[in-house]
Amino acid sequence: MSGRVLVGVKRVIDYAVKIRVKADNTGVVTDGVKHSMNPFCEIAVEEAVKLKEKKLVKEVVAVSCGPQQSQETIRTALAMGADRGIHVEVSGKDYETLGPLQVSKIMAALAKKEDAQLIILGKQAIDDDCNQTGQMTAALLDWPQGTFASEVTLDGDKIKVVREIDGGLETIKINTPAVLTADLRLNTPRYATLPNIMKAKKKKIANVKPADLGVNLTSRLEVLKVEDPPQRQAGMKVETVEDLVGKLKEAGKV
Amino acid sequence: MLGVFQTTQKLRTSLRLLSRAGLPPVDLQVQLLLRGRCPQSATFSRELHLGPGGSASSPAAAPQRLPFSRVTVEDLTFFRKTLPGRAITDPDLVQSSNEDWLKSVRGSSEVLLRPQTTQEVSQILSYCQSRNLAVNPQGGNTGLVGGSVPVYDEIILSTSLMNNILSFDKISGILTCQAGCVLENLSLYLEERDYIMPLDLGAKGSCQIGGNVATNAGGLRLLRYGSLRGTVLGLEVVLADGQVLDCLSTLRKDNTGYDLKQLFIGSEGTLGVITAVSILCPRKPKSVNVVFLGCETFDQLLKSFQLCKGMLGEILSAFEFLDSECMRLLNTHLKLANPISDCPFYIVIETSGSDSDHDSQKLHNFLEEAMTSLLVTDGTVATEESKIKTLWSMRERVTEALTHDGFTYKYDISLPVERIYQLVTDMRQHLGERARSVVGYGHVGDGNLHLNITSSAKDPALLASIEPFIYEWTAKFQGSISAEHGLGLKKRNYIYYSKSRPTVAVMGKMKTLLDPKGILNPYKTLPDDLK
Repeated sequence: MSGRVLVGVKRVIDYAVKIRVKADNTGVVTDGVKHSMNPFCEIAVEEAVKLKEKKLVKEVVAVSCGPQQSQETIRTALAMGADRGIHVEVSGKDYETLGPLQVSKIMAALAKKEDAQLIILGKQAIDDDCNQTGQMTAALLDWPQGTFASEVTLDGDKIKVVREIDGGLETIKINTPAVLTADLRLNTPRYATLPNIMKAKKKKIANVKPADLGVNLTSRLEVLKVEDPPQRQAGMKVETVEDLVGKLKEAGKV
Repeated sequence: MLGVFQTTQKLRTSLRLLSRAGLPPVDLQVQLLLRGRCPQSATFSRELHLGPGGSASSPAAAPQRLPFSRVTVEDLTFFRKTLPGRAITDPDLVQSSNEDWLKSVRGSSEVLLRPQTTQEVSQILSYCQSRNLAVNPQGGNTGLVGGSVPVYDEIILSTSLMNNILSFDKISGILTCQAGCVLENLSLYLEERDYIMPLDLGAKGSCQIGGNVATNAGGLRLLRYGSLRGTVLGLEVVLADGQVLDCLSTLRKDNTGYDLKQLFIGSEGTLGVITAVSILCPRKPKSVNVVFLGCETFDQLLKSFQLCKGMLGEILSAFEFLDSECMRLLNTHLKLANPISDCPFYIVIETSGSDSDHDSQKLHNFLEEAMTSLLVTDGTVATEESKIKTLWSMRERVTEALTHDGFTYKYDISLPVERIYQLVTDMRQHLGERARSVVGYGHVGDGNLHLNITSSAKDPALLASIEPFIYEWTAKFQGSISAEHGLGLKKRNYIYYSKSRPTVAVMGKMKTLLDPKGILNPYKTLPDDLK
């Protein structure tokens, strides 16, 4: 039992930023836009660090796939308490087409290489809302999965997971090694405090290329068009009931 | 309360019927009748801060009603003709404009006017001056000194519908807009164009730029961008006689004669009604960082400030503090968790710069120095907008948390920076068990303390202990008894703690010059003994 946890963290556009579609409709504007760690990934990191504080796991490794700037996201995870980081370098065209399938192949390869006991991911990313990486990773590794976790309890070599599902809460027990994906109510991520931010600067981030892991990044998906949702039309105020009926008749509704 | 309200409505209706019948509205009698039906919660300014004898003995209490005319049916006809659909007399709608945000003062105005243009404001004021009707200009009604609501039956002149942005010059960053634009809306407009407003305050969601200028609002960014006296380039003001004074310049430099706009900035609606503003806006910083730090002593806090100015100087955009009592209120009433460990003092530092790499480097150097020299015991940093908003709310929402703690006595004092917290500790000692909470927070970088005291209910004995102790203390160190909140109704008579008699006398002369009948926001800003 290595007691090692892999946590995936994704660099996304900060949720408070107003999203703008590129003029050529090929995607959204990312240049010069504030990015930060995906909120669900923060919750995943927090859960992993909590497990380490309870001495149920021995090491937390933060992983991010992306360009140079992904290292900032890993640093944030380190400041929250992760022990070391792995930056899987993906840039340019490959980064544009990087999706759950490629990331899950990378995570599976890393899990084997690092002899991980547990993988914790956010349930989905706020930019693509795919909600696939955790599930795909588990399938590739043939590991059990506890997705939409709102409560995680380690019990010997098993894990009890309370899942948030449409009908309410579902409790399952799965074997380790396993993949978990974090839902909103799993925990409240801590603020990275100054002493930890200072310590994080000294922690190591290893650089790895997807080819080193034997992963093919080709995507089978092609983005055809990205456009704004239809503009919401302003409502109309009328003075009298007669006006209302008149307007409804005009619009052919009555 | 509804029962009381319905009764007052019936009384008002009978009043109206009486006046239509040609009989003069019964003045004092009605006041007493109404008072009899609303015995509790301070509903009349005269009841505010009553001495034990029940008489208006406190300097903060409202004076007697001055002999302005009362609104007649003819007046209402004129208003309705000038502002079709925007001359409001429905008591339900007028009610909220009669009471301030703190729910500490309430007037009894029956008319709320909502002009949309400067021309309409001019027509209203011209008419009111000729009829000797008192007018209360009102923006977002977020003022904290009772200056934004009527004391008696002054007509409320609201700028809420004057919310158009007139122009924005992308190159110079000069924004021209009507006075009723909400500050937050202006910020959003500018942010889309890569600029920001030069001022920011907790009330931004409701306060209007006209009101900000009329009170010379300070706020969180003053440290970096200066006061409105520097950033406002021009004003359009309507004078008491309806004359429109167009000083809406968009020039950075213009030394041609006396700078009249400076008179109106901070005049709290007593010299003229501001209808449009042109303001110089800074570029939106590319990199913003917010740091939340904890200190053991106020002395360490001040040393951190010095270190901060030295190492972060040119990128520093805010330096605020709050004490552990504030944190307790935030935790208790607003359920906001402390981002760091519990400390006696907390600092919020904001940096704004053009290069995130440079700024992070400077910031990390400062933080490392602050931590190793033990000036700071704990802290956290935010670079993402979402986290920045959360950290800022720890400072911005203290005012809100206080409203849940009981009746709040608010003080806004300017002092030499080293003395700031001493006032808080002295006040705590002085009041002992009589107060529920005594908290200190504010723009320590500007030497501005917000000292707030809460009690379970309005307590005249407590007030008598606080005032004039606090004003005398402030005067002893040549401080200001109102750093940025203004004087309004509540502090008008304390002006002499910070300004000499000859100075105030000249202010009186200016008031008489610009508003000979005194119809603009009477009972406010200038002391009663000037009349």
